[in-house]
Amino acid sequence: MNTAAQFTPLSGDTNTSLPGVRIQVENLKKSLGGMEILRGLSFEVEAGEIFVIMGPSGSGKSVLLRHLIGLESPDHGRILVNGHSIESPEVRSQYRMAMVFQSGALLNSLTVQENVGIYLKEHRLQTPNEIQKTVDEKLKLVGLTDIGHRYPSELSGGMRKRVAIARSLVIEPQLILYDEPTSELDPQSSGTIGKEILSLKHRIEVTSIVVSHDPELAIGIADRIAVINEGQIIFIGTTSEFKQTKDPMIHRLLYSDFKP
Amino acid sequence: MFRSLGEILILFQQVVRALPLAVRHSGKILTQFYEIGNASLLMACVLSMFIGGVLALQTGPVLANQGLSGSIGGLVGLSMCKELAPVMMAMLTAGRIGSAMAAEIGSMKVYQEIDALITMNINPVHYLVLPRMIAITLALPMLVVFAILAGWFGGALVSVGSSEIGISFAVYFNNLRELVDSGDVLNGIIKGAVFGIIIGTVSCHQGLKTTGGPRGIGHAVTRAVVNSLALILILDYFLTRILLFWD
Repeated sequence: MNTAAQFTPLSGDTNTSLPGVRIQVENLKKSLGGMEILRGLSFEVEAGEIFVIMGPSGSGKSVLLRHLIGLESPDHGRILVNGHSIESPEVRSQYRMAMVFQSGALLNSLTVQENVGIYLKEHRLQTPNEIQKTVDEKLKLVGLTDIGHRYPSELSGGMRKRVAIARSLVIEPQLILYDEPTSELDPQSSGTIGKEILSLKHRIEVTSIVVSHDPELAIGIADRIAVINEGQIIFIGTTSEFKQTKDPMIHRLLYSDFKP
Repeated sequence: MFRSLGEILILFQQVVRALPLAVRHSGKILTQFYEIGNASLLMACVLSMFIGGVLALQTGPVLANQGLSGSIGGLVGLSMCKELAPVMMAMLTAGRIGSAMAAEIGSMKVYQEIDALITMNINPVHYLVLPRMIAITLALPMLVVFAILAGWFGGALVSVGSSEIGISFAVYFNNLRELVDSGDVLNGIIKGAVFGIIIGTVSCHQGLKTTGGPRGIGHAVTRAVVNSLALILILDYFLTRILLFWD
C-alpha cells in the first residue's frame, strides 16, 4: 500500500530548468460523439504545484489532460499558460510542456535510448555524443541504467513508464502532465513513480498535473486535489481538506465498498 | 469519399511542402527504401517473369498462325513497359508495402505514439509520412525497371521453349529492340512513380486516421489497399491518355 511517507523526494541533480508555468482553465466544455464529456470546468494550477485530478473512469479526466497539452480543442472555454492561450502558436515555442501517457506511448520501433533522445535528435539541439550523455543522465534520474539498447517491448510496465518520464525530462519541461502514472503497476513501482513525481517538483520546480484514480498516490504527492464526476468538478482543495472531507459522493466515487 | 479525397490531397500537399526537409530524414528514407526493396524485389522479378511468359504463351500461337511469330518480342516488350510492369508492381506494392505502412502508422495512432510525437513538437507528417512517401516514390519505379527486364526475359524463355511459337532469342530480342525505345521504358517509370505517390499517400492517410483498437487497424489496412488499387486503376486510364498524347 502506498502511503504519504513513501513519496519523499529522491535525491538528484540540481535544477537547470526554467520555472514551472501557471495554468488557468476557464469554463471548458467538450462533447465527443454527441456526449458531453466536459461540462464547464474551471480551475487554476499554480506554478510549481502538483495538482492531482481524480475521478471515476469515464469522468473526463484524460480528455481534460489532452486539452491541457493541446491535443484537443475545446468546444467552449479556454486554457491559459502563464496568461497565453494554449491554442496560440507561440505557447508551444515559448513554454516547454510534456506528457507522460498512460501506456507510456514509447515508440516501439526505437530503442529506449532513441526514445529518450528523440526530442533532442529531431530538433537538432545536441550532437549525438551530447544526446547520449543527456539520455544516460535522465535515465539515471529515474533509476534506470544499462537498458538503453533494449526495446520497449522488452521492458516491464513500470520501466516503460519511467522511460516515458525520462523522455519527458529531456525536454526540461515547465509543465508535465501524467495520465494514470501508476495504473497497472505493483505497489512498489507505484511508490517509485510517486517519488519521482515529487522529486521533480523539488528539483526542477516543474508544474505537474496528475490524473489518477489512486487516492493513496494523490494524498502522497499532491499540493491540491480536484475530483471530477461526469465532466464537472465536485471537489477542489488541499490534501488535508481532501482527507477530511466527509462528502459521501466523493467516498463512493473514489473508494471501493467491497469488503471480503 | 470526397472528404477522404480532400484529406489525401491535403496530406500530399503537406508532404510536398516538407520536401526541403528530406535531407534531414535521409536515414529514415534509406531504411524505408531498403525495406521496400527487400520485401518486394524477388517477388517482383518472379511475378514479372511469369507475366511475360503468360503473355507470350497467350499471344504467341495466335501470332504464329498469322505468320507473325517474329513480332512477339515487341508485343511482350511494349506490354510490359507501358502497362503490365507498372500496374502489377503497383498492385504488389499496395498489398505488401501499403498495407504495412497503414498498419504501422495506424498502430502508432491507436497506441498514442503519434500523440507523444505531437507533444514533443515533432510533426508526424515530417517524421513518419515524408520518408515513406519519398522511399516508395523512388522504389516503385526501380521495381518497375526490374519487372520490365524480368518480363522480357520470361517472354523470351516461353517464345523459345514453346513448340507452337518456336523462335530464337535473337529474333525475339531483335524485334523487341526495333519496337521498344527508351521512351516506352520511361513511360513505365513515370507510371511507377505516380502509383508510388498514390500508394504512399493513401496508406499513410489511412494510418493517420485510424481509430479504435486492433479492429480499427485492420479496417485501416483494408481501406488502404482497396483505395490504393481503385485509385491506381482509375488513374492508370487518364495517365495512359496523357502519356499517349505526350508520345
